[in-house]
Parts: sequence; C-alpha cells; structure tokens
Amino acid sequence: MLANTTASVTEATTTASTGGPTTPSGHPQRSLFAGRARPGEAVIKLGLRLAATVAILTTIGIIIALLVPAIGFFREVPVFDFLFGDRWAPRFADASFGVIPLVTATLWTTAIALIVSVPLGLGAAILLSEYARPGVRKTLKPILELLAGVPTVVYGLFALQFIQATVFRDWLQLDTGAFSVLAAGLVMGIMIIPTVASISEDAMSAVPMSLRQGSFALGANRMQTSLRVVFPAALSGVMAAVVLGISRAVGETMIVAIAAGNQARIVGGPLEQGQTMTGFIANAALGDSRVGSLEYDTLYAVGLLLFAITLIVNFISIRLVRRFRQAY
Amino acid sequence: MASAHDDAPMHLRPMHTGQVTDHIARPIMRVENVDVYYGDFRAVTEVNLAFGLNEITALIGPSGCGKSTLLRSLNRMNDLIDGARVDGEILFHGENIYGKGVDPIEVRRRIGMVFQKPNPFPKSIYDNIAYGPRVTGMKVDSMDDLVEESLTRAALWDEVKDKLKQSAIGLSGGQQQRLCIARAISVRPDVILMDEPCASLDPIATMRIEDLMQELRKQYTIVIVTHNMQQAARVADRTAFFTAQVSEGTGARTGVLVEYGTTTQIFEDPKDQRTEDYISGRFG
Ligand SMILES: Nc1ncnc2c1ncn2[C@@H]1O[C@H](COP(=O)(O)OP(=O)(O)OP(=O)(O)O)[C@@H](O)[C@H]1O
Ligand SMILES: [Mg+2]
Repeated sequence: MLANTTASVTEATTTASTGGPTTPSGHPQRSLFAGRARPGEAVIKLGLRLAATVAILTTIGIIIALLVPAIGFFREVPVFDFLFGDRWAPRFADASFGVIPLVTATLWTTAIALIVSVPLGLGAAILLSEYARPGVRKTLKPILELLAGVPTVVYGLFALQFIQATVFRDWLQLDTGAFSVLAAGLVMGIMIIPTVASISEDAMSAVPMSLRQGSFALGANRMQTSLRVVFPAALSGVMAAVVLGISRAVGETMIVAIAAGNQARIVGGPLEQGQTMTGFIANAALGDSRVGSLEYDTLYAVGLLLFAITLIVNFISIRLVRRFRQAY
Repeated sequence: MASAHDDAPMHLRPMHTGQVTDHIARPIMRVENVDVYYGDFRAVTEVNLAFGLNEITALIGPSGCGKSTLLRSLNRMNDLIDGARVDGEILFHGENIYGKGVDPIEVRRRIGMVFQKPNPFPKSIYDNIAYGPRVTGMKVDSMDDLVEESLTRAALWDEVKDKLKQSAIGLSGGQQQRLCIARAISVRPDVILMDEPCASLDPIATMRIEDLMQELRKQYTIVIVTHNMQQAARVADRTAFFTAQVSEGTGARTGVLVEYGTTTQIFEDPKDQRTEDYISGRFG
C-alpha cells in the first residue's frame, strides 16, 4: 500500500519534471523519491556507530570488572559495615572494613581543592572571556591548558617537598607531620584550575554578544554584565566544569598518594594526614595481595564506591543545572 | 553645561548644499562634525544632526551607509568594538558625551538602546525589567510597581501579568521586542535609540511597536534606524537620509548625511536628487 503510493507519486513527479524547464546546466533533474545512495555517508555512519559502541562497551566492561570482585567482597563483609564502619584495617589480624576514614580524607582533599580551584578557575574564565582582548585570550588560553598537562607526580612532589615540608613546617612553623590533606588539597586545587577555567571560559564565550550589548545598553558595567548576565547564561557549562573538577579531585591519585598520607584514620582537621580512597587503592594495588583474596577484593569495593560517588555528583549536577538553567 | 530645554531655535549646520535645512526648537542631542572610524576605515564622515526633544527621528539609507554605526556612537555602544573611534562632538543636553571625565555607563543609562534582534536576557520577565534599575542602583520605592509601569508603557503588561516569573525566552518575537523596549525604559532614559526594531517582526507586531512609539514619544526622544520607508513616513517627525560615498582614490565607502528635514519635506519635496531616487525606489 505504502510502496504503491510512493511509486505513483514518483511517477507523478517524473512526469511533472519533464514538463519543467529542461536546461542542461545545473543539477540534473532527479525524482525526489529516487533515494540516491551516498556510499561515503554510509561508511562515515558506520564508523561513528563503531566508535560509540566501543565507548559504551568499555564502560560496561569497567563496571563488570569492578562489580564481580566487589560482589565477592560484599559476600564476606556486610555493605552496612563497609559504608558506615569507622575503622579501616584490611590487613590486620582482626580486619575491619569501615570505609569512613578513607571517605573523610577524600572529602577533605576534595573540598580544599574545590575551595582553591572553583573561585580561581571561574575568575580566570571571566577574565579571559569578558576582560581580555581577543589577542591576549588567544595566547593565554593555550598556556593555561598546558598547565593541565603537567604530570600529577610533579604536583605530588611539589606538595610534599615544597608546600608541606618547606612552607608549612619550615616557614609557617605549623604543627603538622610529614603529610597533610591541606598540602595535597591545595596543590590538587591548583592542578584543577585550568580544567575549570578552560571549560567555563568556553561556556561563557559561547554566550551571544547580543546579551552583553543588551546589558551594557542599560548602563551596566562590565563586572555586572559578566556576573549577572553572562555567568548565569553559561551556568550549565560552568556547572559541567565544576563537576569535572570534582570528579578529578575525587579521582586524583598521585598527589594524594604522595602528599596526603598513608594511614587510614578519620581526618579531623586540614593539617592531619589521611589516606584517601584513591590513595588506598594505589598503595594496595602495588602490594602483594593475592588475586581472589579478600584483601584483593577490597580494592574493587573501594573502586566501586568511587565510581558511585562520581555518578552521584554527576546526577546531582544535572538536576541542579535543569533547575537553574537560563537557556538563551 | 548648556540648558537642555533651550527654547531658542537652533540653526542646524548647513548640509553639503550649503543651505540651512531645518530648525529644531528643542534639541536634546546634537551631532557635530562627527566621523566614525573602525581602525583606519572611516565608516561615517562629517555628520551634523540634531534630535528634537520628544520627537521621533528616522535614519534611513542603503545598507552599509553607516546608520547603525552612527546610532551606536550616540550612546557610546561602539566603545565595546575594538578599534572603533569617534571624532567630532556629540552633545547631549549640551555636554559632549565623548568629553573628558564622562562616564560611558551613565551615558548609556540616559540614552537607551533597542536592537534589531530582540535580545531578552535568559531570565524571568520580571528580572529582565528589574535588571537595569538594579545594576544602575536606581532608587526604587517598589520594584513591582516599576516593572508594571514599564511593561504597561511598552503595551505588554496585559499579556504577561500572569506569568512574570516565567522565562522571557518563551515569549513571541514581537512580545520579546516589546519586553526589550520595556527594559530600556525601566531605567528612565531620556533618549531611546532603536536599530531596525521591527526587522524581525511580522506586520501586526510591527504595527504594535509603531503605535507604542507614538505613545512613548510623549516622554522620550526616539531615534530609529529603519529600512522601511513607510515606517519612517508613518512614525517619524524628522528623517535623515544617508548614503555611502565611494572615494575616487581608494574605492572606500564612507557614509555621509545627504539630507535632513521634516519627514514630510524629505518624502514629498526632497531637495537632493539622491534622496529622491532612494525614496522613490530608483536607487542603485
Ligand atoms: N564592528 C565593525 N568593525 C568594522 N567595520 C564595521 C563594523 N560595523 C560596521 N562596519 C562597517 O561600517 C560600515 C557601515 O556599517 P553599518 O552597520 O553602520 O551600516 P548600516 O547602515 O547600519 O547598514 P545596514 O542597513 O545593513 O544595517 C560598513 O562598511 C561596515 O562594513
Ligand atoms: Mg545597521
């Protein structure tokens, strides 16, 4: 039935087109329903599909790789004891798997990193997008992005040797040991600045010029225009930048492994040392735990928790963006 | 500073013909020997004009002759364009807005602008109107009243009074443009510059804006750029015709003011052949 109609329409079109001007130049006359095959397009489509499939399969693979050993872990240790226990001692004879100490250390380093990177990153973004002349922006932004490429082990050593040992202990005479979540968090914050700045700068530059003009034409100054018009209009991009910053802070391993400490104790203040979730994984993974042992599975339980936290952060931010979004 | 409401008639500077074309009883703004440059490129040259208080002045002319450029220089919006520069004087209440110590922000508050494409902020209708008074630190007894008053004057209140908290982006194009007009008058400017405000609107929305302009001229002075001859004829008290002059040496196109007078005179009795050609559609 459908094919039938199409066929008759095709016919009608063809007859109609013969009545039209038959100029030899220009596009050849062709029925709209001819369904011209474009082999190049098909190949491109296939390639894109393949790329998407690989990405999805990898994600599923990671989840399975995390889940299987983690399930083994939770067969031995109740989920409740894991999530809410306040003693982390997986290697001891009277082993205990309360993850709270690791979580507190991660919270401290992440919070400190965000306190540093969000204001400075957003400030840099506003400066670049709203204040800098185009030429300046074109040179400054790549330099900023270069900073994001410094290996994290370098940042880690900087935190340990310079910030903690020299600045905190020698210069400021602070009451702190060889490690602190503050030193690790501060340096991690510096590391994340370019990420936050670059992505939010993209979002703010994408805000149409006409909105800025509208604001200036009312007698607003540059700061008001930046903060009250451009910034809210770019909010979803800015939020994405902050979320990526949080994800990087939660997941950052090298800096905290080097400078935050390696004793899993509940962290009560910024000058204390503490082992973060990633710090524990890095330490334990380098150790000699047997595949399939409970100690080995512990790694995956913590890994799964990290994964879940990142997911939750993403989820919350999507909700927030939906609520406060000012789409232009 | 000279008085704004100088009742003495003012001689406009002679046009290129060397004749005095018009008298304006109460000029609120005067453009004197103005050239506008973008870098080395002179976009507009030797413009002399005056805008009468509570009058509507239309700027017309072919595309690229510098109407928008001149309009932007009237409230220093071209400060925002890298390399843009104004020579000559633009007097507002007798004071040069490009003079030393003049705050461009205050200039823009006193001389508002409505753009070709409606550009409401992606905020609520209410916040769109309240934005200007807030950022300029205007003393306001009741923001609600000011919002209502501005929207009423822009003939939009009845359509939006039940959805003030909704996003302005949800309004139709014509409503958005009236919102932008309401936003412009919320800071109580003296002059409103409009750059083809109806260019993206349908005829009905255009009529509404034109009616609105007639209403607004009682309190404000309006300068409007338009490509629509009928619109200029319908709304404007005075009309200035510009064209682009091609320099023999370099081939650069520079905007010049050809003729300025009452709208009736420009449309019915143009003195310059180029004006006549343009308004009768015989141009270029
Ligand atoms: N931001 C800018 N930078 C450089 N040159 C510009 C800029 N804006 C306009 N010009 C140039 O100045 C001249 C006048 O432009 P303008 O936009 O003022 O013309 P217009 O009369 O408003 O034209 P239209 O009727 O098409 O809007 C043109 O040659 C244009 O290329
Ligand atoms: Mg224009």
